[in-house]
Amino acid sequence: MPKLVKDGQLVQDPWQLVDAEATLESLPEGKIIVPLALWVEHRDTLWQRLPDIAVWLNGDEEVDPLKEDTEALPLIAVNFPTFTDGRGFSAGRLLRERYNFRGELRAIGYFLRDQMFYLHRCGFSAFTLDDRYEAEEALSALQDFTEYYQGAVVEPLPLFRRRQQG
Amino acid sequence: MYVYDEYDHKILSQRVAQFRGQMQRYLEGKLTDEEFLPLRLQNGLYIQRVAPMLRIAVPYGMLNSAQLRKLAHITREYDKGYCHVTTRQNIQLHWPTLEDVPDILAELATVQMHSIQTSGNCIRNTTTDQFAGVAPDEIVDPRPYCEIIRQWSTFHPEFAFLPRKFKIAVNAASEDRAAVLVHDIGVEIVKNDAGDLGYRIIVGGGLGRTPVIGSVIREFLPEKHLLTYLEAILRIYNRYGRRDNKFRARIKILVRAMGPEVFAEKVEEEWAHLKDGPATLTPEEIERAKSFFTSPPYKTLDPLAAESVVQEQAAQEPDFARWLSRNVRQHKVAGYAAVTLSLKRPGVAPGDLTDRQLELLADLADRYSFGEIRTTHEQNMVLADVEKTALYELWLELKPAGLATPNIGTITDIIACPGGDYCSLANAKSIPVAEDIQRHFSDLDYVYDLGNLELNISGCMNACGHHHVGHIGILGVDKKGEEFYQIQLGGRQGNNASLATVLGPSFGQDEVTSVIQKIVDVYVENRVEGEEFIDTFDRLGIEPFKERVYAKAS
Repeated sequence: MPKLVKDGQLVQDPWQLVDAEATLESLPEGKIIVPLALWVEHRDTLWQRLPDIAVWLNGDEEVDPLKEDTEALPLIAVNFPTFTDGRGFSAGRLLRERYNFRGELRAIGYFLRDQMFYLHRCGFSAFTLDDRYEAEEALSALQDFTEYYQGAVVEPLPLFRRRQQG
Repeated sequence: MYVYDEYDHKILSQRVAQFRGQMQRYLEGKLTDEEFLPLRLQNGLYIQRVAPMLRIAVPYGMLNSAQLRKLAHITREYDKGYCHVTTRQNIQLHWPTLEDVPDILAELATVQMHSIQTSGNCIRNTTTDQFAGVAPDEIVDPRPYCEIIRQWSTFHPEFAFLPRKFKIAVNAASEDRAAVLVHDIGVEIVKNDAGDLGYRIIVGGGLGRTPVIGSVIREFLPEKHLLTYLEAILRIYNRYGRRDNKFRARIKILVRAMGPEVFAEKVEEEWAHLKDGPATLTPEEIERAKSFFTSPPYKTLDPLAAESVVQEQAAQEPDFARWLSRNVRQHKVAGYAAVTLSLKRPGVAPGDLTDRQLELLADLADRYSFGEIRTTHEQNMVLADVEKTALYELWLELKPAGLATPNIGTITDIIACPGGDYCSLANAKSIPVAEDIQRHFSDLDYVYDLGNLELNISGCMNACGHHHVGHIGILGVDKKGEEFYQIQLGGRQGNNASLATVLGPSFGQDEVTSVIQKIVDVYVENRVEGEEFIDTFDRLGIEPFKERVYAKAS
């Protein structure tokens, strides 16, 4: 069972991830995370299931199709097909900073414990963890650094603006 | 020079701890080779042909004497007593053991040094003019801007897993000594007609297997917008740069595919969202960065008196006169000079320095140049602030240490990558080729007669030895498992950077030096008064060189 770390705590995951091949007819009951393409195609129908529906996308997909939906969606997940694909980091910042998404931003797929600190700074608040990671280890990874030079979602002010205040 | 405050120290010590943990997890088998790869590369650690290699960052080439002494200690304790200056102004250790690397990093941190982002698909060490701050032809000292970029790019959370590596260079002088046209981003500090400071932004240049001269995407970017604009470029690259093919993944390929105009539009569109955001530079931050690069306490010297002393010494000592003519440059302050220490002595791999030389340099920096020294992308060192009247004394100290070779800018001041002797990417060796050429061209009068002639060697098409922009470029190639060398002519760095043309079929290692001699002969026989090699090449084109080199033996 994959673990979920959310807002710095290990929690039970109430959501069910629906894979990319899913159709409108095959969707299960309950809280589900559907692929972006399906959401875009059946937006009006799926909208009815709010707040028990969420969307996931791959890092290489544009986030723009969600720009009208960020207020309504409770959760958006970004999938990392492989940990070296850094597009999801930009996707996270765009969702948070440009489209003001305030819900749960979840990293799914293949990423490393060593990237969680960066992901967190790019706005990710939840991480579906590989079995091999202990939750404690993952939680400590979020604290790899406690100070940073440039602004991002977590601490929008670059250090130079904070240095001046201090 | 920049001095760390509590924030910089904290970030660096957390990095040392983080990497120690990563190394431990790797050694315990909790990280696979594949996973450890980008993590160790982002800390400058390669697994090489014969041993690991650790690349230490030298931000924009600045070092102080305490750092030199620490490097000397590290090369002695953890390596074989020498290190190597790279074409990115960094320093490499070629023989550390894997397990020692966390300790080396901890030692480096005590003198505000590290290996952060010296490799990997992230933003690398920002480079600049080795004469920054002392060059008479600069608009402003570029180093404060380099430091601002260093801080912004260090552990940037969004841009740590780019499609490929990313290199930024900054130039602020009328003569480009930072190769801004062949970087992923070249930042040229300029003034507009109103006298305001800003930047000309060049994108998509680079060497490597697809050499490209960069395109200007913005003629004038006002000073405060530097970071937001860089962020916009990086975001476009991160999102749209190719990731399917490592060899098509640099930003130059994206810029070329979109066309520079469309790329520029994309950047402007992205920038519209970031402009005037929190990353906009404040006057206070620019001043703070500048405060670390103020002029050292120069004396008021009588330039004419100094000059006459130097001339008298030169008249008595022809060797000193030679060194003055090639290795000593004009300084913006009267009575001072900038001195280039050649690391291109025959018999030593270009750019190599021993522990004892590092310690001597530390002492010399303290005594002659306010405790600071610089690395150059040509793989030499610079003492930037030497009193002219002390030049002779300095020269006397450099000579026995093998650091006074008077060959700067000549055919023996060879840029060369470590090549097949060390690097696992290389197709062919570089060092023995450089050495053979240096030994062949040992007559200084002849070398001086040849004048400015840049010869660059890369052991493979990744072009770490910048062969595309050498007047003569040598590229190691692999032909059915054997090492061969392709010769290229007519490249140049600087304001009119251009890429070299391939001469023809490649040669075996034992033929290279005689081919270079033939090329030089064509120049000597055809030059007109005052013409440098590159001018003669421009006038004649490649044909006469080709004819001579490939002429059938009669």
